[in-house]
Amino acid sequence: MAYGGLAVPIIVMSVFWGVVGGILPWLVPKGPNRGVINTMLVTCAVCCYLFWLIAILAQLNPLFGPQLNNETIWYLKHHWP
Amino acid sequence: MAFRSEEMCLTQLFLQVEAAYCCVAELGELGLVQFRDLNMNVNSFQRKFVNEVRRCESLERILRFLENEMENETVIIKSEKYPETPLPREMIDLETVLEKLEAELQEANQNQQTLKQNFLELTELKHLLKKTQDFFETETSLPDDFFSEDTSGLLELRSTPAAAAAKLGFTAGVIKRERMVPFERLLWRACRGNVYLRYTEMDTPLEDPVTREEVKKNVFIIFYQGEQLRQKIKKICEGFRATVYPCPESATERREMVDGVNTRIEDLNTVITQTESHRQRLLHEAAVNLWTWGIKVKKIKAIYHILNLCNIDVTQQCVIAEIWFPVVDTGRIKRALKQGMERSGSTIAPILTAVQTKMSPPTFNRTNKFTAGFQNIVDAYGVGNYREMNPAPYTIITFPFLFAVMFGDCGHGAVMLGFALWMVTNEKALLAQKSTNEIWNTFFSGRYLILLMGIFSIYTGFIYNDCFSKSLNIFGSSWHIRPMFSNSTWNEHVLEENEALQLDPAVPGVYSGNPYPFGIDPIWNIAKNKLTFLNSYKMKMSVVMGITQMVFGVILSLFNHIYFRRTINIVLQFIPEIIFILCLFGYLLFMIIFKWCYYNVHVSQYAPSILIHFINMFLFNYNDPTNSPLYTHQKEVQSFLVIFALIAIPWMLLIKPFILRANHLKAQRMLQLPPISEGPAGDTEVEITQPNNSKKAGRENHSSGHGGHDDHEEENYLKSSGPW
Repeated sequence: MAYGGLAVPIIVMSVFWGVVGGILPWLVPKGPNRGVINTMLVTCAVCCYLFWLIAILAQLNPLFGPQLNNETIWYLKHHWP
Repeated sequence: MAFRSEEMCLTQLFLQVEAAYCCVAELGELGLVQFRDLNMNVNSFQRKFVNEVRRCESLERILRFLENEMENETVIIKSEKYPETPLPREMIDLETVLEKLEAELQEANQNQQTLKQNFLELTELKHLLKKTQDFFETETSLPDDFFSEDTSGLLELRSTPAAAAAKLGFTAGVIKRERMVPFERLLWRACRGNVYLRYTEMDTPLEDPVTREEVKKNVFIIFYQGEQLRQKIKKICEGFRATVYPCPESATERREMVDGVNTRIEDLNTVITQTESHRQRLLHEAAVNLWTWGIKVKKIKAIYHILNLCNIDVTQQCVIAEIWFPVVDTGRIKRALKQGMERSGSTIAPILTAVQTKMSPPTFNRTNKFTAGFQNIVDAYGVGNYREMNPAPYTIITFPFLFAVMFGDCGHGAVMLGFALWMVTNEKALLAQKSTNEIWNTFFSGRYLILLMGIFSIYTGFIYNDCFSKSLNIFGSSWHIRPMFSNSTWNEHVLEENEALQLDPAVPGVYSGNPYPFGIDPIWNIAKNKLTFLNSYKMKMSVVMGITQMVFGVILSLFNHIYFRRTINIVLQFIPEIIFILCLFGYLLFMIIFKWCYYNVHVSQYAPSILIHFINMFLFNYNDPTNSPLYTHQKEVQSFLVIFALIAIPWMLLIKPFILRANHLKAQRMLQLPPISEGPAGDTEVEITQPNNSKKAGRENHSSGHGGHDDHEEENYLKSSGPW
């Protein structure tokens, strides 16, 4: 029961990493380390966003389903919505 | 966002001889300067300050000796602050102090040894007297004056000349237990059985003063008759290093001796304790200063090593040094030199003159305690050329991130983070400990690396949905079991019959249509075919991340080409590289994402295999019936890409060597012609050919290279900044 469908997670994550990689670098105080910190923020945002995106794209259209134990199925049937 | 190594300048430094020491000391404290060795062809034993270095080394020897003596007994005090660099005259003071200390300590050690030796002998004598007393008492049949008078009873039977009626003598002594048996045997053989030996073991082991080990000894007493036997016994005892003690024959004398020995032992004990405390006091006083002295001596030695690298212009009372330093630090260096000059009390200011050179400057990347670890990792692969882009700032994130992609467990990541946080918060205390354990030092010097690895591991752990190998169901799974019962063939009977059943996403409701919002769905963790899904996902993810990083790296090389203005590299290297990587691996990336977006379970029977497509692309094999095309016109697109990529290979590899060779031949021809001042053509040649050769030394003799610059050089060579 992933809430909000596909749009909400995409918007939330894109905005979050967008802020980290695009807005925060402007807010870093001037000093000798500003360049390094900005590089770190942008690299981090790109890597982490890409990683999350791949995880969600891989599960978008599953070609096969999970194979479960019959006991697990029985338990889940009763406990999961 | 390009970070390059700092701009460096080569400067000649003219120092007054008196000021040289202090100026070098100040520069040493600053740590921003690299001295060039101007005396390369001079043997290290013929350099000017060799004697001072020797003196420093003998001081270090004394310090090591002191440290050895203190090893188990005293604690060496280390202070927080490093001592200031001492002046040359302080070295003489240090020498006198240390040499006096060494002499006193050695004398104290010597005395202690002698006293202990005496103590040992007295103890042995005491035991000896006791044992012989025991021995004589057991032989109660012997009257007290057995030895003093002729025992007429025994000797009457022999009516031989008086010479034969010699007194029965005895020798008493102490010998090591191990040597007892051979001693006895030799005694028996040498004296033909005419001696009588009695021995017992000494109960208490004694301490050998030299080796400080315990030795076990035996007390023996030998009875013999005659002078010759006495000599023989004496020689044998000497040979076996048995100590012989004069033991009085009568019991009263023995008792007196025992008393005397006991008193002497007590006195000796007092003296030994006093000597020991004196020695401890000496060591304790030295321990207070030992660490400071060590640092001072190291600093003095380092300064003299540096002074050995400089030229001494004795006629002009001047020391000449050549130094590299970053241009931005010129102010700090000038201030340091001024301080050095003031400290030495000289009045003439040091002079700095810039030197124009074709030498390749050293690569200097300024780091702080956080970035130093990452810069070290990058330098381990190879230090960059001067003013090349420094990959370390990007490595700060990508290195821990790639580690986290491999590690991917938020529980274990949290443990790692905890460990790293502990190391970072207790940094100062742990640094002060100066441990010599290599494994600990490796972990501690990488504490910021481990910190970042921990943080990213927690993030990737959440995405892989892996916490101590269990999944977390935070948002609710996208897979539902009940629709399999209501909309498909499952029921209680099917459940009982089959041990494992597979959910079918084609059945409406089973898969909600919206993927799990953050990471891998938790149902996969309890699925039996979990690896089938995860393997495919992780492999594709690795390919995507890897290709992204590689393309990023190639683009960084573009920045280098632009900075060094090497158009030939852009055209002949960067462009074919980008074409090759994008046409082949960029296309692979496209295929992966395309398949994720456009193929679903309803066509899963016919879902194409990317791997097979990729292989067939290179083989130009489009007749495979089992693998349907990914999209229309795939054949045309792929053929174009492969051919384009194949064209890029000779473009990348074959053209540039010919151009370089042509340039080189042209330059050679210029050498042979009479020197004509070269116009811009010469300059561009130099620009193209020189930087492509990373070893600068060989190119310095290129006259065509010098041709364009000669005029400027004459003017600029002696551009001095003057006394300031």
